[in-house]
Amino acid sequence: MAVHETTNAPGTGAARTPNRGLRWLRRNIVAMAGLATLGYLILPNIVVMVFSFNKPNGRFNYQWQRFSTDAWSDPCGVADLCGSLGLSLQLALWATIGATVLGTMIAFALARYRFRARAGVNTLIFLPMAMPEVVMAASLATLFLNMGIQFGFWTILIAHIMFCLSFVVTAVKARVMSMDPRLEQAAQDLYASPVQTFLRVTLPIAAPGIAAGALLSFALSFDDFIITNFNAGSTVTFPMFVWGSAQRGTPVQINVIGTAMFLVAVLCVLAGQLAGNRRKRSKRS
Amino acid sequence: MTKTETPQSSGGDVRLHGISKTYGSFTAVQPLDLTVPAGSFFALLGASGCGKTTTLRMIAGLEEPTTGTVELSGRDVTALPPYKRQVNTVFQNYALFPHLDIYENVAFGLRRRGIKSVKKQVEEMLDLVQLGPMARRKPQQLSGGQQQRVAVARALINHPQVLLLDEPLGALDLKLRRQMQLELKRIQTEVGITFVHVTHDQEEAMTMADTVAVMNGGRVEQLGAPADLYENPGTTFVANFLGTSNLIEAEVVEAGGEELLLRAADTTLHLPAARCSASARKGEKVLAGVRPEKVALTHADDADGIAAEHNRLPGRIKDASFIGVSTQYVVEVPGLGELAVYEQNIERDGRLVPGAGIVLHWSRAHTFGLDATQDIQAGADLDEEAA
Repeated sequence: MAVHETTNAPGTGAARTPNRGLRWLRRNIVAMAGLATLGYLILPNIVVMVFSFNKPNGRFNYQWQRFSTDAWSDPCGVADLCGSLGLSLQLALWATIGATVLGTMIAFALARYRFRARAGVNTLIFLPMAMPEVVMAASLATLFLNMGIQFGFWTILIAHIMFCLSFVVTAVKARVMSMDPRLEQAAQDLYASPVQTFLRVTLPIAAPGIAAGALLSFALSFDDFIITNFNAGSTVTFPMFVWGSAQRGTPVQINVIGTAMFLVAVLCVLAGQLAGNRRKRSKRS
Repeated sequence: MTKTETPQSSGGDVRLHGISKTYGSFTAVQPLDLTVPAGSFFALLGASGCGKTTTLRMIAGLEEPTTGTVELSGRDVTALPPYKRQVNTVFQNYALFPHLDIYENVAFGLRRRGIKSVKKQVEEMLDLVQLGPMARRKPQQLSGGQQQRVAVARALINHPQVLLLDEPLGALDLKLRRQMQLELKRIQTEVGITFVHVTHDQEEAMTMADTVAVMNGGRVEQLGAPADLYENPGTTFVANFLGTSNLIEAEVVEAGGEELLLRAADTTLHLPAARCSASARKGEKVLAGVRPEKVALTHADDADGIAAEHNRLPGRIKDASFIGVSTQYVVEVPGLGELAVYEQNIERDGRLVPGAGIVLHWSRAHTFGLDATQDIQAGADLDEEAA
């Protein structure tokens, strides 16, 4: 600091300007790095959003032509798009429910009980997270094929539940492990039957972990392409539709759906934070 | 502390018959018979691992006894699950429900029993523990002492026959602990419920309880009123664990009369026969004990002035530490080792400094006798360890 003080002495006006610039840089470099990272993350979404208002001249929506809201006013205008979207949402919903219920039960079993195969199950649960997706996809497809199961909605659902499971188990288990066992004893001591104890104490305390697992499941299932592609047969989910249509052209509607999803996600996050802030403020008062 | 109703429920008594608990090959509680009278403040005192918490948890129903039965107010509840027993527990570290606010924490027990209008009772209970304004806060926003009071309120609101307290003050600092001791005692007197209190802190047990059971190694060593236990310890463990004792190994040279004559390091000591818990026939060894605060120090030059009926031992001051209300001396007695003496700082004799030759003396009636076959050090260092 002392060095700068001397160079900044009055009268050395010429030396002052670059120094001030340096100081400004030093003070703001973290903010600038943050903004740059944010831009890096958000730019692709902005491009998608901007091009959802494009009116391309051919089948490919790669070059800006002119502004139009045609695609927004008719998001289902492309054949099969909304069908595949509906299917994907349906799959994501059921996969989330299946994986969350199963995963929560597995997490409780692993966290609470000591049984012979516990270590083995613990490792197996982590496999879907660790294994390359393509390998898992191929081996699942082989399995279904050999069992003579018709590819379609159910094979996709089974596959999705399988890979979502490990995320739910991980999230819930962490929560259950950190729970004080005396809380449940306290509930029983206060006249709560085992069922009431679970519903009134255990479940609410584990809820954030379960919610995190469910959200992850929904996002992962909705998003999945590789495993779905191997196990879908002739069924087409939204990611598969986007991939397929990209071979022949990219309808603007894909950007519309993409933008809408992005906005819904941002809104959810904002709402969550607002609620959190309000809770914090009411606590303080 | 203005409007508190007269006790709606008085306490019930607890009877344990031959109750024990083993985990595999480890015996946490040896077969134990214990009666806690209704309405009393009963303390189970012992170092960590002595089985006191296990005993408490068996009363609560959180632990199943290996043998024996638990009776509450004359009813055998051994087979009942915890949620069907008229007993509530204040847990160590409180175990408040983190997802519920203070009001709902306190209302929990009432709601589980299907009581709809809980508002009046909850508010009264929060007033009793002076936490009315905190009703809508979450437990983690409260200080340790406040959380402790919520835990008490949450249990007391159910008017249990017996309130079980498992090291309820262990997590509090010293000053707050003192304050809460008085508070708990006040609440107990006010509501009249039977309290069973588990603690490793002998001072806490003596301050609050009417009756203290000292536990060691899964057994009750001695049971009685605090003053009785302190003045007449029955074992070396009790003598050392409750406060400090000077224990002197001595040989009985004369028995049969009202007083036993003992010989230790060429000195004769007198011990009232009634205060000797061991069999003491001539030629046998006993441990003669005396509490450090009962012992007086007199400079060797003034030894002639000591009352004739006092037991006396010559020694040399090894160490003196001034701690305000008293001075604690360590005195080296030839042939017997070190003895502790606590002197009130009323008139301090300037000659009583380390190195000075002195005479220790105390009233014969303050001497107690213990069985010499026990470990003379039992329980001596446990208090600090557990704290």
